[in-house]
Amino acid sequence: MTMIFGIPLQAFLGQLLIGLINGSFYALLSLGLAVIFGLLRVINFAHGAQYMLGAFAAMLMLEYFGINYWVALILGPIVVGLFGAIIERTMLSRLYDLDPLYGLLFTFGLALTIEGTFRYLYGAAGQPYSVPTQLAGGTNLGFMFLPIYRGWVVVVSLVACIGTWLLIEKTKLGAYLRAATENPVLVQAFGVNVPVLLTLTYGLGAALAAFAGVLAAPIYQVSPLMGSNIIIVVFAVVVVGGMGSIMGAIITGYMLGIAEGLTKVFYPEASNIVIFVIMAIVLLLRPAGLFGRDA
Amino acid sequence: MAPLLQVSNLNAWYGESHVLHGVDMTVGEGETITILGRNGVGKTTTLRTIVGIIRERKGEIRFAGKDMLGVPLHRTAHNGIGFVPEERGIFSTLTVEENLMLPPVVAEGGMSLEEIYELFPNLLERRSSPGTKLSGGEQQMLAIARILRTGVKLLILDEPTEGLAPVIVQRIGEVLKTLKERGMTVLLVEQNFRFASRVADRFYLMDHGRMVANFPVGELPGKMDMLHKVLGV
Repeated sequence: MTMIFGIPLQAFLGQLLIGLINGSFYALLSLGLAVIFGLLRVINFAHGAQYMLGAFAAMLMLEYFGINYWVALILGPIVVGLFGAIIERTMLSRLYDLDPLYGLLFTFGLALTIEGTFRYLYGAAGQPYSVPTQLAGGTNLGFMFLPIYRGWVVVVSLVACIGTWLLIEKTKLGAYLRAATENPVLVQAFGVNVPVLLTLTYGLGAALAAFAGVLAAPIYQVSPLMGSNIIIVVFAVVVVGGMGSIMGAIITGYMLGIAEGLTKVFYPEASNIVIFVIMAIVLLLRPAGLFGRDA
Repeated sequence: MAPLLQVSNLNAWYGESHVLHGVDMTVGEGETITILGRNGVGKTTTLRTIVGIIRERKGEIRFAGKDMLGVPLHRTAHNGIGFVPEERGIFSTLTVEENLMLPPVVAEGGMSLEEIYELFPNLLERRSSPGTKLSGGEQQMLAIARILRTGVKLLILDEPTEGLAPVIVQRIGEVLKTLKERGMTVLLVEQNFRFASRVADRFYLMDHGRMVANFPVGELPGKMDMLHKVLGV
């Protein structure tokens, strides 16, 4: 049997894949958080709840309307994105003139309300959501067995992350977003409707979280707590990457997912805390994060 | 000359602080107007109130006959008013060309990118650099240039020569003359009196939040005593 650092190659690659999959979710979620924080200066504590809403949207669409995974992958983010846009326009936007702490408290309360409602309606236990038939099964790569759905998650998240990065860095809309992050009043004086831009951004961030949620539904159990389980790790990813840094969020998401996976191979006891240890070290050495503007 | 901008009894507040106390002024189409005054008399506030950045305001602002008081900030430019702030507002995350292309085109008649690069060749050479890597003078050129693309009728400039070397100040003067030849209306606040006297058609003198005098450039020699008194120079 081929060994790598005294570990069977298959186990090593298996954990690497799990790390990559977790990293995909970390990257997608921290990307949305970074986009929202960059423009709105709001630490969106409801991001985990919006991820959970995406997974529930897929499950409920299937249960009540027979809508399959592929349609849910598009419809789920749209529905949750619209929900986010309404929340931003009717509630969050009233808090922009106040201390940023109010935005954090509001989204924290929103997360608790959403999670509480879903717990009341569906209970705390997870519910299964099947892998779509086209992506069922796996393929033997020779050195490891790759479940097709997991490979799909890694690829599609990477595409979504790069797509979002291109939208922000290479389009006119992205230029408005970046400029409005620096000086929203001047961008408005130039004739850009910044309040609408803020609503769009929050909606886009929520939609990204929901997209990750739909992707996660067949891998993890669909549960009201799935968001709060992952969101603390995602906040750590954003801190390590640098608050508001888009590319930082993506790279750090994958990097920390892999670090977590490999820790499971070499020192499983530390796998739950490795991300937070890295966060502490980064905060000590580079408080603005690895890709933050001051770094 | 028909007034393009008419400001009557304009009052403005920063919170509870009453800053403008009934500003009256008119800017004719094609004119270059300079507001003079000491620091803190309300010159910048006047510009920012006209643009709509300061929302606590009362009085009348009519632009091309339209009442601007109820117009939201993001519609000011669409009505034909372009603004270059004192701090220039160059975006560090955008390249020179992205900064140039940022303000939406609001009407026909603005300069093309080629015309802008012809007028400001330095910007062409540095088009891919981050906007804030330019020198102060180049940043000022960029701040003016990006508004010229938009097709606005009135260009409002807040202290365009502040902190710049004499050779750059001269260049900005040349640019303003070129704009005047093209029929652009310009309203600027300026501390550099020599520069202002070269580019302006008419002056407004401001003190304690209101206009205290208004005279054409031809009457400047006869107003020097008053200018010394009000400006303290």
